[in-house]
Amino acid sequence: MTDPNTLSHLDLEAPEKPFLDANELVINMGPQHPATHGVLRVILRLDGEKVLGLECVIGYLHRGVEKIGEHRTYTMFNPYVDRMDYVAAVSNGLGYCETVEKLLSVEAPPRAQYVRVILTELNRIASHQLWLGTHALDIGAITPLFYTFRDREEILKIYEKYCGARLTTHAFRIGGLQYETYAGFEKDVKNFLDFFRPKIDEYEELLTTNRIWLERTKNVGSISAEDCIALGVTGPVLRASGVKWDLRKAQPYANYKNFDFDIPIGQNGDTYDRYLVRIAEMRQSVRVVEQAVGSIPEGAVMAKVPKVIKPAVGEVYHSIEAPKGELGYFIVSDGSTQPYRVRVRPPSFVNLQALDLMCRGQLVADVIAVIGTLDIVLGEVDR
Amino acid sequence: MIAKFKGTYGSGIQALTYAGQNYMIVDRSLIPEILQVLRNEERFDYCVDITAVHYPKREQQFDVIWILYSFGSNERIRVTTQIIDGEILPSSVSIWATANWLEREVYDMFGIKFDGHPDLKRILLPDGWKGHPLRKDYSILQQDNEWVQINLGIASGQ
Repeated sequence: MTDPNTLSHLDLEAPEKPFLDANELVINMGPQHPATHGVLRVILRLDGEKVLGLECVIGYLHRGVEKIGEHRTYTMFNPYVDRMDYVAAVSNGLGYCETVEKLLSVEAPPRAQYVRVILTELNRIASHQLWLGTHALDIGAITPLFYTFRDREEILKIYEKYCGARLTTHAFRIGGLQYETYAGFEKDVKNFLDFFRPKIDEYEELLTTNRIWLERTKNVGSISAEDCIALGVTGPVLRASGVKWDLRKAQPYANYKNFDFDIPIGQNGDTYDRYLVRIAEMRQSVRVVEQAVGSIPEGAVMAKVPKVIKPAVGEVYHSIEAPKGELGYFIVSDGSTQPYRVRVRPPSFVNLQALDLMCRGQLVADVIAVIGTLDIVLGEVDR
Repeated sequence: MIAKFKGTYGSGIQALTYAGQNYMIVDRSLIPEILQVLRNEERFDYCVDITAVHYPKREQQFDVIWILYSFGSNERIRVTTQIIDGEILPSSVSIWATANWLEREVYDMFGIKFDGHPDLKRILLPDGWKGHPLRKDYSILQQDNEWVQINLGIASGQ
């Protein structure tokens, strides 16, 4: 009989020394995973199936957009911002164009503002539809994916007719719009709204009172309002925790002041509330588009902006309510044609910080649900 | 509020406005006190962003900027401080929890260290990367070739 102290590391004959410490297990949810909405790596510390804590490793999609911004002129940088949150490209463009317009002290003409609001709100609907489809798919409900993507096609068709691109639209320019709306734009948008209103009811019919959905999303990933504010979480996540705050109402930009819409909020801050808030936001976006499309004024679509954009020396921070949260741009100008520093404040990056807090004590399957409900886009997290 | 600060801190604070936005340039010595006062007394409870700008030709090369927002008064303010290369700033994680990743990104991109941060390591770039890309002396085409060769097995990322 060999001496147990000289046994190999397998320790097969020394049962008092545990081979695997069964108390804590570290599992890697690697960057390649069907449900992490991109290249997100999550390192989970588990006790059985319960999550004790997790760490997000990001940066797999880091493309150096902020560095590129320092080497491109203001107009040349415009297409780059679409690629950050590639799901809601129009919102990104709106934020960037408005920030540079603030630096230049110009304002887009009223006709451009109306069309901008219409396209941005349609983008909000499209982004929430994609969110709903993929979130439900992660949880196991496959049908909503097909419904939402099929309906999203109508919005993408409008974008394609307007600016030629479906996803990374580059729809806006500094000072307004480049393209006049095509003949039939208002009719297309109105048809879409009539087409879409019953669709939201269809999505709700599939999920809102579905027992499986309720089991998987009620009390999953709860976060309180104080934690949201401390962690800087914004967007539907903050609103579902009960804070009635939306940048379109608090610090209005474009011409959101002219439109009448509500801010839906939730009570518990769990996944189910975030689902309800986003569904309600889709309905409110329909209201805004309806009001806007009926009253687009005539006029120019582009303000008087110099051909070579050279803002005065100064720095400006401007943010908008993107579908994911507060998207901010901090641009420092040194008086030349290229920005000195472009900082993008991405909502998904800051919201993802809350993942650790929201998943403590939940099961592994709930981690997937929470990643989905945060509505992150890795292009924005990593830039 | 600015008047109150000027009374307490005198010349350590410069209050300015550009394009309708208020911002303050404060002395390095006033950080973190001014941030704590803004959070606790003036109720700027939401830290929107922490970022930095590199001015290599200046003696105080880095501008570190905190963008803060108050839900109560619907007001946004920027606090800027200027530090020299290599200076260490106190971390704001104890004031706003969101500063955790925001400061990690400033460290990753600029090399500015924050004292008291629970886990100051790179966030967007891989762990072993050398260099801080958003500095002006880091070329747009530059990469850490050593890291690329060891980890990706190719000669260069270009």
